[in-house]
Amino acid sequence: MSASPPERLRASLLADRADLERRYATLIGGDRKARAATLAIFGGAAALTLFGLVALDVTPLRLCSGIGRLIDIVMLMLPPSTGTWGRFWIYLGALGQTLAIAFLGTLLAAVLAVPFGFLAARNVVANAVLHFLGRRGLDCVRSVDTLIWALIWINVVGLGPFAGALAIMSSDVGAFGKLMSEAIETADRRAVEGVLSTGGSRLHALRFGIVPQVLPVFASQVLYFFESNTRSATIIGIVGAGGIGLHLSEQIRVLEWQQVSALILMILVMVAAIDQVSQRLRAAIMGQRRI
Amino acid sequence: MIHTIAVPPDSQNAPLLRAYEQALAAKRRQLALGFALALAALFVAGVGAEVDLATLWDKIGNFTSYFARMLHLDSGGWVWSNPREWFWGLGRWTRLLGETLLIAYVGTITGAIAGFLGCFLASRNLVRSPVLGFVARRLLEFCRSVPDIVFAMIFVVAYGIGALPGVLALALHTTGALGKLFSEVVENIDMEPVDGIAATGATWVERVRFAVLPQVLSNFASYTLLRFEINVRGATVIGFVGAGGIGQEFLTAIRSFYYSDISAILLLITGCVMLIDLLSEWLRHRLLALETRP
Repeated sequence: MSASPPERLRASLLADRADLERRYATLIGGDRKARAATLAIFGGAAALTLFGLVALDVTPLRLCSGIGRLIDIVMLMLPPSTGTWGRFWIYLGALGQTLAIAFLGTLLAAVLAVPFGFLAARNVVANAVLHFLGRRGLDCVRSVDTLIWALIWINVVGLGPFAGALAIMSSDVGAFGKLMSEAIETADRRAVEGVLSTGGSRLHALRFGIVPQVLPVFASQVLYFFESNTRSATIIGIVGAGGIGLHLSEQIRVLEWQQVSALILMILVMVAAIDQVSQRLRAAIMGQRRI
Repeated sequence: MIHTIAVPPDSQNAPLLRAYEQALAAKRRQLALGFALALAALFVAGVGAEVDLATLWDKIGNFTSYFARMLHLDSGGWVWSNPREWFWGLGRWTRLLGETLLIAYVGTITGAIAGFLGCFLASRNLVRSPVLGFVARRLLEFCRSVPDIVFAMIFVVAYGIGALPGVLALALHTTGALGKLFSEVVENIDMEPVDGIAATGATWVERVRFAVLPQVLSNFASYTLLRFEINVRGATVIGFVGAGGIGQEFLTAIRSFYYSDISAILLLITGCVMLIDLLSEWLRHRLLALETRP
């Protein structure tokens, strides 16, 4: 016999193939029910996509017709340039304003969220109805986009960055309140009991039992939101609420593509820098936390 | 049984107390410094953002009266006294809302497919070529960092007003966002199945299909659903710059002071977003349940 052991094994398995397939049907063919379900899900998703493409009039022809113009635009964008140094400083000022909007909005939201967070926390407010209302109210505020809030605040305090800061505050209060209440609910009870057992009052228990546990979590969340808010603040100017977005939408409207690419570049650099700083700070804060 | 606490003599106590006081003072100083810094930053930010508390105080009445006006019909009655007049454009708004959802859906699916293709190239454990990986990662990062509405503004110039630029903008941004998340999932997989399949002489594509995909698919689906929630919110405002959906209609209502329309559309948007959130949360929990089943 010249066949090597693997070949012999293969031959014997092949001879027994029909029997093997019958015995391990689920392993070889797969679970037929699961297969049908997967197929149905993918088929449904594909059909809906196709329907969407047709309904929204996204055809290859239209896609191709714009590609040429898109390439023209990209070519016009290079190299990025602000034209004059004077404009560069104006844009830099607007970037600073963007940062200010994000900072102020985040801080205001964080401060406002504290009472809401305590209200929505199950172990602080035992009333189920109040708890439910608090949660749903926060959800409702959360589901309105920052840009929509900006439009509303513009009608109240007028055009400008202040409306932007208030818009960021409004859209974040919901999310912050929810996070805060969750942090309070998951706080360790033993620290509170420890404080109470030494004769501390309820207020002492809150101050020395709950606050030290909740504060680092909350601080790191505030930083995280600051990061995401710098992104929101860059576009909030599109509707007239201050910051760099105002310049960006203006330059796109007058088709000054080099300015547009310079502005986008400045935004990208700022966002990356803020991300770096905030990541460091968050790591430092979480490191302080004693577990 | 009587417990007594041994109090050390003052001579031993004094240095301990002093050290404690010093540690406490140092901590207090640090806290005060941090507080002062935060206050200074707040002041600078306030000046930068042109905060005018006097204006806010004067105009805060506008906020409540604005909402009050939103809740009144042109005829002067409360909106709920005549729901038919309040939601006079229900058919049109529902159609636009449907368009918004479709834009979000098609954008998410297209972006998810592109991100899916890109994530394997951006994963450090699957691609040995540093150049290819670097280019893929930077490209995804660019798509992720530019906000979708900025893409939308540029695409509106290239393609004209309509849903197409909206779909493209959401798809491009989603590609970047999901590509990054997907590649992080892929980088955390168990590499042993990959080695096992590679040992049978499988090609790169076969390795990805039979060793990587089964490990990551449910995570991918859950991230895609999460992104869909975000994109629904994005699609509601993308119409502000002319990229389709209900945003255009909403902007017109706000700019023309059609107060009862504003509240009606806002209610529709909020309800729709919350419904989608609930649905997707339920689906994601189902997906997680699938994961834990053997």
